[in-house]
Amino acid sequence: MEFLQSLLGPLWPLVWTLVKIVVIVGPLLLAVAYVTYAERKVIGYMQVRIGPNRVGPLGLLQPIADGVKLMMKEIIIPSGANKKLFLLGPVLAMAPALAAWAVVPFSPELVLANIDASLLYIMAITSMGVYGIVLAGWASNSKYPFLGAMRSAAQIVSYEIAMGFALVGVLMAAQSLNLVEIVNAQKGTTFFSWYWLPLFPMFVVYLVSSVAEINRAPFDVAEGESEIVGFHAEYSGMAFAVFFLAEYANMILVATLSSLLFLGGWLPLFDIAPFNWIPGFFWLMAKICFVLFLFLWFRATFPRYRYDQIMRLGWKVFIPVTLVWLLVVGGMMQTPLGYLFH
Amino acid sequence: MMKRLNAFFKSLLLIELLQGMAVTGRYLFARKITVQFPEERTPMSPRFRGLHALRRYPNGEERCIACKLCEAVCPAMAIHIDMEERADGTRRTTRYDIDLTKCIFCGFCEESCPVDSIVETRIFDYHGEKRGDLYYTKPMLLAVGDKHEAQIARDRAADAKYR
Repeated sequence: MEFLQSLLGPLWPLVWTLVKIVVIVGPLLLAVAYVTYAERKVIGYMQVRIGPNRVGPLGLLQPIADGVKLMMKEIIIPSGANKKLFLLGPVLAMAPALAAWAVVPFSPELVLANIDASLLYIMAITSMGVYGIVLAGWASNSKYPFLGAMRSAAQIVSYEIAMGFALVGVLMAAQSLNLVEIVNAQKGTTFFSWYWLPLFPMFVVYLVSSVAEINRAPFDVAEGESEIVGFHAEYSGMAFAVFFLAEYANMILVATLSSLLFLGGWLPLFDIAPFNWIPGFFWLMAKICFVLFLFLWFRATFPRYRYDQIMRLGWKVFIPVTLVWLLVVGGMMQTPLGYLFH
Repeated sequence: MMKRLNAFFKSLLLIELLQGMAVTGRYLFARKITVQFPEERTPMSPRFRGLHALRRYPNGEERCIACKLCEAVCPAMAIHIDMEERADGTRRTTRYDIDLTKCIFCGFCEESCPVDSIVETRIFDYHGEKRGDLYYTKPMLLAVGDKHEAQIARDRAADAKYR
């Protein structure tokens, strides 16, 4: 490594950062591919079917076949569409979904950029994902994608608030915006010391509004394939695939965040012998898989919300609930019981 | 008042949503009912109406006597028959075509046939790769009949007592 460092000279930091990016993004995209497979299998099983099982053993090569198929297909640009914006849409949806991973810690040491306000950075970056969707809907110059984009914009803006308040609860408890410190603040002997318990209403609100943030069932009105087809109705081939990848990358990101913020990140279930032998990285992966499974489970269970119900839930239920619990947390921290919330 | 309070807590604590998830959670482990088609097939009735076939008598003579009842009864007008008189005085078809792209598989041809010549078999997974592949001519129909005669005869026998 020192040899490479002397060879590349001033270029070294750039190259080394690129290597780290590839090391994160490569497995991430593979994970995205296999989340689609897991989704089809889990939903299939819940519908008493067996899901994909033809391509490769147990259908394990199905995502690769899907990818190849989408790459071979033609990207059709509608004649009335704004060509530049039309192609910029998927890029703008994908970029934030990947950029947010820069600050996500996988273990106390394993983090690309351990910045102080990493949670703030993630909030800022993920909010940008909606631009891709709005742009795609607008540039398509077609009514259904436009409707989808409008719905998506309103929905994401509404749920950002409830989600933000839920995160404020975590900040108050951890007294930090740094994700590594937030996880370390949850350290205890068992999983009862993680924030899901003292901040339980926040955890539920965060989980549900994150499903709404990433436009997934039962909040998938932006896509709503049975009614308006969605903001990507005019997209085909790889341009469509990029939207698809972005949705699943966001899904994994949100699952990772809930694991880090509420489920103790890389901390073991119990801090005793057989459990703390397992490296923290695997604990984090297990928790992410659990939250992802929950998302798939939601999709297999709940019918799509009506649009006004989504708005009512966001503004008239989640925001009051989080505000009340913020007061409770703030008040409790001033009492002798405050240690419960630290 | 109590009722409304009850309903409020029921929705706040997501009771019904959790019940729904319990149902899907149970079905995750339920026995799967998928029939893996090419390897496994669903049971089929002897009356199944699939691809057509023309049958022969055991001595090899074709059954069809060109009475044209099937042609007349066919609601989709998918059957076309030409005929001639043979040297031995019997009437036989020179042409018996079924356009399977017109056919609606109603089974009337089979019902109308006085000599059980035209029948519909259990074959349903056939295909054509170009236009005209599904226009079945007399030799093709006879070939189907020759190939599957055993099955066809079994199905007629099984259904005979209901006729």
